[in-house]
Amino acid sequence: MTRADIAAVILWTGVTLYAMFGGADFGGGMWDLLAGRSERGERARSLIDRSIAPVWEANHVWLIFVLVVLWTAFPSVFSAVMTTLYIPLALAVLGIVLRGAGFAFRHALPGPVRTPATRVFGISSVLTPFFMGTVVGAVASGEVPAEGAGDPTGSWTGALPLLTGVMFVAVAAYIAAIFLVRDAGAAGEQDLQGYFKQRALAMAVIGGAAAVAGIFALHEHARYVYDGLTSWPGIVLVIGSGVCGLTALGLLLTGRMLSWGARPAAVGAVVTVIWGYFAAAFPYMLPTSLTITDAAGDSAALLAVIVVFGAAAVTVIPALILLYVLSQRSALE
Amino acid sequence: MEPALAPIADAGTNLLAARYQMAFTLGFHIILACFGVAFPAIMLIAEYRGRKRGDEEALRLARRWSKAVAVLFAVGAVSGTVLSFEFGLLWPGMMDRFGDAFGIAFAIEGIFFFLEAIFIAIYIYGWKRLPGWAHFWSGVPIAISGIGGALSVVAANAWMNTPAGFTLGSDGRVEDVQPVDVLFNTSTFHEFVHMWVAAYLVAGFLVASIYAFQLLRGNHTRYNRLGFLIPFTVAAIGAPIQLIVGDFAARDVYEDQPTKFAAMECVYETGDDQAENIGGICTDGEVKGAVSIRGLDSLLAGFSTSTVVKGLNDVPPDLQPPTPTTIHLSFDAMVGIGTFLALLAVWFAISWWRRRDIPQSRWFLRAGAASGVLAVIALECGWMVTEIGRQPWIVSGYLRTEDAVTNAQGIWWAFALTMLIYIGLALVTVYVLRGLASRPDEEAPAGDIPYAPPSEETGAGGARDRGGTVG
Repeated sequence: MTRADIAAVILWTGVTLYAMFGGADFGGGMWDLLAGRSERGERARSLIDRSIAPVWEANHVWLIFVLVVLWTAFPSVFSAVMTTLYIPLALAVLGIVLRGAGFAFRHALPGPVRTPATRVFGISSVLTPFFMGTVVGAVASGEVPAEGAGDPTGSWTGALPLLTGVMFVAVAAYIAAIFLVRDAGAAGEQDLQGYFKQRALAMAVIGGAAAVAGIFALHEHARYVYDGLTSWPGIVLVIGSGVCGLTALGLLLTGRMLSWGARPAAVGAVVTVIWGYFAAAFPYMLPTSLTITDAAGDSAALLAVIVVFGAAAVTVIPALILLYVLSQRSALE
Repeated sequence: MEPALAPIADAGTNLLAARYQMAFTLGFHIILACFGVAFPAIMLIAEYRGRKRGDEEALRLARRWSKAVAVLFAVGAVSGTVLSFEFGLLWPGMMDRFGDAFGIAFAIEGIFFFLEAIFIAIYIYGWKRLPGWAHFWSGVPIAISGIGGALSVVAANAWMNTPAGFTLGSDGRVEDVQPVDVLFNTSTFHEFVHMWVAAYLVAGFLVASIYAFQLLRGNHTRYNRLGFLIPFTVAAIGAPIQLIVGDFAARDVYEDQPTKFAAMECVYETGDDQAENIGGICTDGEVKGAVSIRGLDSLLAGFSTSTVVKGLNDVPPDLQPPTPTTIHLSFDAMVGIGTFLALLAVWFAISWWRRRDIPQSRWFLRAGAASGVLAVIALECGWMVTEIGRQPWIVSGYLRTEDAVTNAQGIWWAFALTMLIYIGLALVTVYVLRGLASRPDEEAPAGDIPYAPPSEETGAGGARDRGGTVG
C-alpha cells in the first residue's frame, strides 16, 4: 500500500467512527424530537440525555479529524467538494451548531431555555445527518468534478443524494435505538427497553428499504460504485452487511438482545456498508474523476498524517475507552 | 449567468463578505478558545485548594466553574467546527494548494481536542462518583491538552504569517514539505506564548470580574472573595509577563514582517529615528492626530534610535495592508489595555504583599470589574493586528487572499445569517451562564443522596452566599 492508500484508510476509519458514534448521538436527538410529552416520553428523553451527555463531544471530534485528514492528505478533494457542495455542507454546519448548542443549553439549565433548546436539538439532529448524506451521495454519483465548482444545486438534489440523506438519518436513528436498548436495560427501565426495541425495528425496516432503493439509484446514477458493490470484493461486504442486519433483526424480534450480540451485529451491518462503499469506489476518491493517488497531497504531509494517527491510536483510543467504560458503568452523571 | 446575479458571485464582493464572515466567526471563537485553554486550569486550582485544605467554598467554586466550562466548551466546539468548514467553504484556493502544509498542525491539534473533550466529560460528570483526588487528576489532562491545542492552532496561523518548510511546485501547489519547519516557523514561538498568556488573562480577568461586581454590591462573602482571588491572581501573574512577551513579539514582527510592523506604528517613510505614534489616523502617507514620541519606535525595535524601520511607502500599494489605521489603533489599544492590566496587577501585588488582602479602594474593584471586558478587547485588537496586518496575503508572499476566496454564491446571505445565529448564541450563552451562577448549589459535598433537595447543611451563612453569585 502506498502512503496515499494508508491515508485514505485512515480517513475512512475516521468516517466509520464518526458514523457510528456521532451517528448514534444524532439518532438520539431524533428520538428526543419524537419522544412527545408523555411521562414515558420524558423518561426516554432523560435516558437519551444521560447516554449522550458525557460522550457527544468526544464523538464529535471524529468529524474534525475527518476534515483535517481530508484537507491535509487530499487537499484537492477537500476543495473540490467544498466548492461544489457548499449548500448542503453549510446547512450541515448550521445543524451542527444548533445541535451542539441546543443540547448543551438544555442540559445545563432548566427553565425557559429548556423547551426551545430541546426542539432545536431534535430538529437539527435530523437535518444534519440528512445533509451529510446528500454530500456523500453526490460524491458517489460523480457529481463533484476533480477541479471543483460543480453544479451547486443539481449535484446534491438528485435521487441518489436524497436517498442517501434519508438512509443516513435512518441508520443514525437505528444505531441510537440499539444503543439505547442496552442503556435502558442497564438503567433497569424495562419498558424503555421495549420502547427503543420497537423503534430500532421500525428504523431497520426504513433503513433497509432505503438501502434497497439505493441499489437501484446506484445502478442508475453511480454505475461505477454499483459495479464495485456487485463484484469482488465489494459483494462480500454487501453480503456481510445483509447477514449482520438480518442477525440483528432476528435477535431483536426474538428478544435475545442483552444476552446476545445484537449491538455488534447492528454495528457490523453499518460498518460493512461503509467499507463496502470504500472498496467499490477504490481506487477513486471522487468516482470516477479523481483517484486516491492523484488526489494525494505532498508525501511528507501524508507521512505526518500517518504518524499523527499512530500517536492518536496510543493516546486517544485508550482515553476514549476509559470514557466509554466509565460512562457505561454509570460512573459519570 | 443572469446579470442580476453577477455581483453576488463576483469574487471582489465575495472577498469582503468572506473576510467579514471569517473575522466574525473567528473573533467569536477566539474568546471561547481562551476559556478552553485557561478556565480548566483556574477551576483545577480551586479544586486543588479545596481538597488540600478541606476548603468547602473552593470546592463549591470548582464545581460551579466546571459547569460553566462545560457550556463554554460545547459552544467553543461547535464554533470551532464552523471554522474547520470555513477553511474549505470560504478559502478553497488556499486549501487546494497549501492544505497539505497548513493542515499538519491541525492534525496534531486533533489529538489535543480529543483529549480535551474526553477528560472534560470525565471531569464534569465525575464529580459525584470519582473519588476526591482521582477527580482532580482527571482534570489535569484538560489543562495540558489546552496548551497543546493552542500551540498547534497558533502554529498554523504563524505559518500563514511566516510560511516555511515547503517549496512551490510548477502547478502552484506545495511540495517538498518539511513538517518540522512548517510547525516551527519563525512566528510560532512568539505567537504561541503571546496567545497562551492572553488566554489566561482573558479567562482570569473575565471570571474575576463577575465576582468583583458581587463584591462591589457589598456581597462580601468568603465565596465571592475566593471567586475573585483565584482567577484574578492567575491573570495578575500573567499581565506583567504579557508585557514582556509582547515586547519580544513586536521585535520578531519587526524582523520578519516589516510591512505589518510599519502599519502597527503608522510608519510611511523608511528611516532611522522613527517616532512612536500613539493614536491618530494613517492617511495620505502620514499619521495625523497622533502623539509622537521621537525615536521611541526605533529604540523599541532595535534598542537604538539609529535602528532603521521600514515604511509603508517602500511597499507597492497593492501589497500594503488595506486599513493601516485599524491596525495601528488596534495595536495601540492592545498595548494600552495590557499596560493598564499590568498596573492593576502591581496594585494588587503590593496590597497583597503588605496586608494579605485585596486593595480596599472601590476603584480597585471597579477596575477589576472592568478588567474582563478590557482583556477581551485587547485580545480582539491583537488578533486584528495579526490578521489584518497580514493582508493582502492569506499565505504571506505566496497567495493573495483574493486568489484564495471561493466563487460560491450567497456569501453575504450566509454572513447575515451567521451574525444572527451567533448573536443569539452569545445571548443564550450569557443567559445560561448567569442562570448557572445564580442557581442554588444543588450539589452537596461528596457522598450526597441523589435527587435530594438542595442541601442546607452549611447553615445560614452558606445559604446567604448562595443567593448572590451573580445577579
